[in-house]
Amino acid sequence: MQKLLLIPLLSLILPLNVSATTAEDRGMQIAIEADQRDTGWRDQQAKIVMTLRNKQGDETTRENRMSILEVADDGDKSLIVFDTPADVKGTAFLSHTHSLRADDQWLFLPALKRIKRISSSNKSGPFMGTEFAYEDLSSQEVEKYAYKYLRDEESNGYQTFVIERIPQYKNSGYKRQLVWIDKTMYQPVKIEYYDRKGELLKTLTYHEYKQYLDKFWRSSRMEMINHQTAKSTTLSWFDYKFNTGLKDRNFDKNSLKRAR
Amino acid sequence: MNPSNETIHFFYLILLLLGITSTSIAAEWSGNLSTEVRGFKNNAPSDQQEDLYSSIAFKPEFFHQWENGQSITFSAFGRASDNNESRTRADIRELYWNYSADAWELRLGIRKIFWGVTESVHLVDIINQTDLVEGFYGEEKLGQPMLNFAWITDLGTTDFFILPGFRERNFSSQDARLRPALPINSNNAVYESSREKQRIDAAVRWSHYFGDWDIGISHFYGTSREPRLVFESGRLVPNYDIINQTGLDLQSTLGSWLWKTEIIRRSSNIKTYYASAIGLEYSFFDLNSTGVDIGLVTEWLYDSREQQATTPFDNDTMFGLRFALNDAQSAEFLAAIIIDNNNKGNIFSLEASRRVGEQFKLSIEANLFQNIDTNTLLASFANDDYAQIELAYYF
Repeated sequence: MQKLLLIPLLSLILPLNVSATTAEDRGMQIAIEADQRDTGWRDQQAKIVMTLRNKQGDETTRENRMSILEVADDGDKSLIVFDTPADVKGTAFLSHTHSLRADDQWLFLPALKRIKRISSSNKSGPFMGTEFAYEDLSSQEVEKYAYKYLRDEESNGYQTFVIERIPQYKNSGYKRQLVWIDKTMYQPVKIEYYDRKGELLKTLTYHEYKQYLDKFWRSSRMEMINHQTAKSTTLSWFDYKFNTGLKDRNFDKNSLKRAR
Repeated sequence: MNPSNETIHFFYLILLLLGITSTSIAAEWSGNLSTEVRGFKNNAPSDQQEDLYSSIAFKPEFFHQWENGQSITFSAFGRASDNNESRTRADIRELYWNYSADAWELRLGIRKIFWGVTESVHLVDIINQTDLVEGFYGEEKLGQPMLNFAWITDLGTTDFFILPGFRERNFSSQDARLRPALPINSNNAVYESSREKQRIDAAVRWSHYFGDWDIGISHFYGTSREPRLVFESGRLVPNYDIINQTGLDLQSTLGSWLWKTEIIRRSSNIKTYYASAIGLEYSFFDLNSTGVDIGLVTEWLYDSREQQATTPFDNDTMFGLRFALNDAQSAEFLAAIIIDNNNKGNIFSLEASRRVGEQFKLSIEANLFQNIDTNTLLASFANDDYAQIELAYYF
């Protein structure tokens, strides 16, 4: 009797086991694990220096400050204040991100004291003339992509999972991305971006990872190379602070006006 | 006082402030110094006027914030112009203290406030006096003394304003181009209020957003920032009436579309009227993966006073085309035309700017006044097509 019962039970369990190990599920599991490990920092602040390099190697820099508020069950809220170039000093960019619904974004223009609600359809355009697109710097929610585990690989000294992810949100400039996720930190160490035609467009590498609050890993330097234009951008992060007590109030429209 | 003396005193004040602070918190100073040359296409209609004007302007800013939620802000503007008396002057645009708590903010001092959503006119925006001498589109504003309490809840922000100290509108002098056809007698301005400039005005505004919708509803009760110009013995005398103005500004942001509306109802003992600006904007972002954005804008401007309106935009349509290259120099280009729907008279404007190096910005601008009817408010600008170039150093 018991053996007879086992057969239908097994037939129920087996397909489940098989599906749990499809490349798609494994990719999703890795993304969820990475997301969960990076939950609980509440808020973070950092200074960013962006170094833009053109084909000839001429450099120009931009400095800004970024604050992020962790939001449960939705995208994070972020505020970026520009310090240089001097002509855009005091310009502030507020974004309430959402996983699949359009983000809410406002821009504060200090010369006119004007707060403008802006379209968040601009995902693929360059952020501040850099090689980073808006979507590259936006909150990385699990629901934003469809995943597929590809292989394990050693990359730049890191033992990594290589997963493919395909943007599920509108207006992305990418057909797909390949992400190398370190097995210990569960953080990306490299991302390849493929344009809408499927051609390799950019490579992002993460350097000088440090751990904060004994838990959260942050890269101190990111290098983005555009293979199609030979331009590149370095993002250097300074003075990371976590759990400083920021609230929703620090990310409302009133906060934009005194964000300097 | 002679305007140029005023300017000199103003620059001394700035130098003094710089001296006080340069040792401790100099990094919090910023601003720009710019030089501008403006050339007019047609010969000056009057002997007093010129075809070429040049000027320098200075905009210093100071900001300091404490950990306890307090901050102080200072910003000023001064311009010295050759052959243009009215443009040579200085003004404190902002000098205020701000305290920010969880559910409210208190701001005391001279400030600039912007309300509204549309691009071609700013109907709802009423707190500050327009600096008409600086730009005839009215984008520039004079500083306004105020006490402003902002009450912040989940149901939006409600701002209460007490506004002491009225600022008169400035007008271009007779030696300037883009000036009114008749001299303005600002010294004999007439006020409806017996307290004249000392009348204390008040305003309230509630603003919030619901998903894709941003909304603001405001009311102003006080001396109109816009004077009625009354003809008296060969000159125009500004008459400042007491008005009530209720305003609505609404924007809906749907994908790449922006839908914008501003409506006001203004009443005084003389007249009650409505004005509106309704428009939409569509953007093509990252065109063919080049990073270039192209924006198309159109707005319809209406004033229920029609031919009696004190603005040239009583029934006009604006079309605009905006390019942003989003390159390292932030190069931008804007072309716009505002056409009078009744007589086809129009203002065509071009603006372009880009950063040069890290600290300079080069801007060019041109305005053409075409088919201007001699019976309209723009008639005195009909010969004043101009182009200008400006180089600004930002620090």
